[in-house]
Amino acid sequence: MSNEVTAEILGTHVLDLARQGRRLDGRGLDEYRKVTVEPGFVASADGSALVRIGATAVVAGVKLEPGKPFPDTPNAGVLTTNAELVPLSNPSFEPGPPHPRAIEVSRVIDRAIRAAEAIDLTKLCVTPGEKTWVCYVDVHVIDHSGNLIDAGSLAALTALAHATLPAKRFGIAESDSPLALQHQPVETTFVRLGDAIVVDPSFDEELACQGRLTIATDELANVVAMQKGLIGAFSPEDVKSLAERAFQHGDRMRKLAAGA
Amino acid sequence: MGSVGAKEVPVLLSPDGKRIDGRKLDELRSMRIVAGALHQADGSAFVEWGANKVMAAVYGPREVHPRHLQQNNKAIVQCKYNMAAFSVDERKRPGLDRRSQEISKVIAEAFESVIFVEEFPRTSIDIYIEVLQANAGTRCAGVVAASVALADAGIPMVDLLPAVAVGKVAGKIALDLKKEEDNFGEADLPMALVPQSGRLVLLQMEGHMTGPELSESLDLGVVGCRAIYEKMKQALRDRYQLGGPSEGAAQ
Amino acid sequence: MGHGHRRGHRGRGPGGVPPRSDGERTLVLPGEEIDVHGLQPGPGTYRVDGRTYASVLGLLSRRPPVVRVIPLSGRYIPKPQDIVVGTVTDVQTTFWLLDIGAPRWAPLHMTGTPWKIEVGECGQYLHVGDTVVVAIENIDPTGRIGVTMLGDDLGKVDGGTVVTMSPAKVPRVIGRSGSMIQMLTNETGCRIAVGQNGRVWVDGTPEGMQRVREALRLIEEEGQRSGLTDRVAGYLGSTRQPGDAAPMPTPTRPPFEPPSPIDGGDEPDDDAGPAPF
Repeated sequence: MSNEVTAEILGTHVLDLARQGRRLDGRGLDEYRKVTVEPGFVASADGSALVRIGATAVVAGVKLEPGKPFPDTPNAGVLTTNAELVPLSNPSFEPGPPHPRAIEVSRVIDRAIRAAEAIDLTKLCVTPGEKTWVCYVDVHVIDHSGNLIDAGSLAALTALAHATLPAKRFGIAESDSPLALQHQPVETTFVRLGDAIVVDPSFDEELACQGRLTIATDELANVVAMQKGLIGAFSPEDVKSLAERAFQHGDRMRKLAAGA
Repeated sequence: MGSVGAKEVPVLLSPDGKRIDGRKLDELRSMRIVAGALHQADGSAFVEWGANKVMAAVYGPREVHPRHLQQNNKAIVQCKYNMAAFSVDERKRPGLDRRSQEISKVIAEAFESVIFVEEFPRTSIDIYIEVLQANAGTRCAGVVAASVALADAGIPMVDLLPAVAVGKVAGKIALDLKKEEDNFGEADLPMALVPQSGRLVLLQMEGHMTGPELSESLDLGVVGCRAIYEKMKQALRDRYQLGGPSEGAAQ
Repeated sequence: MGHGHRRGHRGRGPGGVPPRSDGERTLVLPGEEIDVHGLQPGPGTYRVDGRTYASVLGLLSRRPPVVRVIPLSGRYIPKPQDIVVGTVTDVQTTFWLLDIGAPRWAPLHMTGTPWKIEVGECGQYLHVGDTVVVAIENIDPTGRIGVTMLGDDLGKVDGGTVVTMSPAKVPRVIGRSGSMIQMLTNETGCRIAVGQNGRVWVDGTPEGMQRVREALRLIEEEGQRSGLTDRVAGYLGSTRQPGDAAPMPTPTRPPFEPPSPIDGGDEPDDDAGPAPF
């Protein structure tokens, strides 16, 4: 049902708490819920991961197949990211063609991987203009309790970090080889709750919030992608300080993705 | 689902009657069921069965949208069976294909045959099955997961619905085919059993079987379903029977 | 579709007070045969060929003359006289639709409120997203759930928060003769309204509301284990803060008195009265 309605007093309560530096689940304003990463969750994928952030759970799977390069980039591989917000994961999701919010999640995850040059696409080229590897990153949301972008992008990064090029299976090389990651983008999402800005919003906080900001960072302390979403606003000073917070959270997530 | 490059038919049955993974003809793959695996759904279950990984969620009974689907005298049962893009060897394009839609329909009808739908007029009971990793028998794994999810959601029904596929491998009737047996075997017969009545509410078949082979398959499938039934009940007991000595149940 | 075998089924219809347990709490699953010991099959069971089976997952309860299954999970199934906490989901010319966590939305007609409302003015009184405490009046054969706001404990609530839990755990929240809810109220100073539908309205200090939320989580997760009251008391004691149980800083007139917990509690209760069947 798209018309799930949440009690407004719950949203007001979330905002009241934030004013006092508190959150519904007792977390600090700059604290993530518990994050767990399970690489290799799906054996049928060439790389995969199950990521949980609190009660949110997503599975990412990487598939690598030979295909044709785009005419304008004959020496580069092809990267495609797709997120499925299936109705299994939340009562408000309906079956049908991808909803704009699923497309936004897909594109924001894709943008960070692409902009950070997480994969050196030129290394995916087999025969220029003829044959290249096509890398599909599919993110499947199975339990949506808020912050799908961070969970999805961490799952995608972990899946890529543990992916194997199935060169033997497709007769391209004698043996398989790891899909070496070049950079490690991590997305960190904040929402505004009144004057407070909290990291890793829960489902209730996303409903109550006055604006969402996602900042993707890499391991070299670059910001590689951003997305402001939902209704609300951030000041330039907000963005600067949130970037600092994003670098710190990003470094911790990168360790998780690498399997540390 | 054919794996790329594997063009030669593997040896499906060894001279001493062992199958490709060492099982006997009437042996099930290993199975793990977790009832109540998700937070948002009214009921849910995760099933790992051989190399299958399937998640099911149930929402409802709830308001029907769009409203014209409402039935005045009963709940409607809707099912969406969906395979994740990475669940099979060759990436599956996301979205509903004809196979998924057919499977969704027969699964919805199987469950409508056992749910007391007349208790919830004008509502919908929605069953979602997500195949995360596929290795033959995903519709049966989906039925098992969805059935446990329905019980977890407190839906009144005649019985749980164990399901299994029987097939023909190297001329022999075998229980619970895995991928190679499904790809290169001679027949595949998925079924779902209502243990209380002994009747089948899901039944499909593809391939070649003689009358006696069909008969043997059905008998073997019923035996398999009854074994799976026990695992389903255990998964639900594990979730709900955490009682201490004073409040615990008899078993 | 010819479900002849269903004829004997008894739904989870109006049941009144929870039944008295016979002491033995047995978990049953759908399809499991029940030995009725000469009792009549009640809600949560069905009959085929003279045999009785469970239709839902729950605890078996034998309370002469009826044997029934008390569900341990699932959506809220409305019963007349239940008090529930709901959210307004739609405003029409003469009524509002409420989400009370039941299979269907419940219409609240404008005549079921204390307000004098002209047709078309509903939107001036309750908006989408508002929280209300209402009572179930009736459930008609089509499954339509009639609710009313007329009654001492009923009305719109402002402020506070809503905690959602499984309706099956509500008797635990209330406790024997209201003991659990009394302890929560005394220890935290919060006003608490427990809806039979598993939605709990809480208002008080931020610390108090947080402690109630945590205590409710404890009850929901550990409600089936023994010694629950002691563990909740232990939690509340360990988080006690000065001033928690004091009166609200600026007490406003409550929109309603918290529902009295007399109809709650699934613990055996000697003076529970005659069986509702």
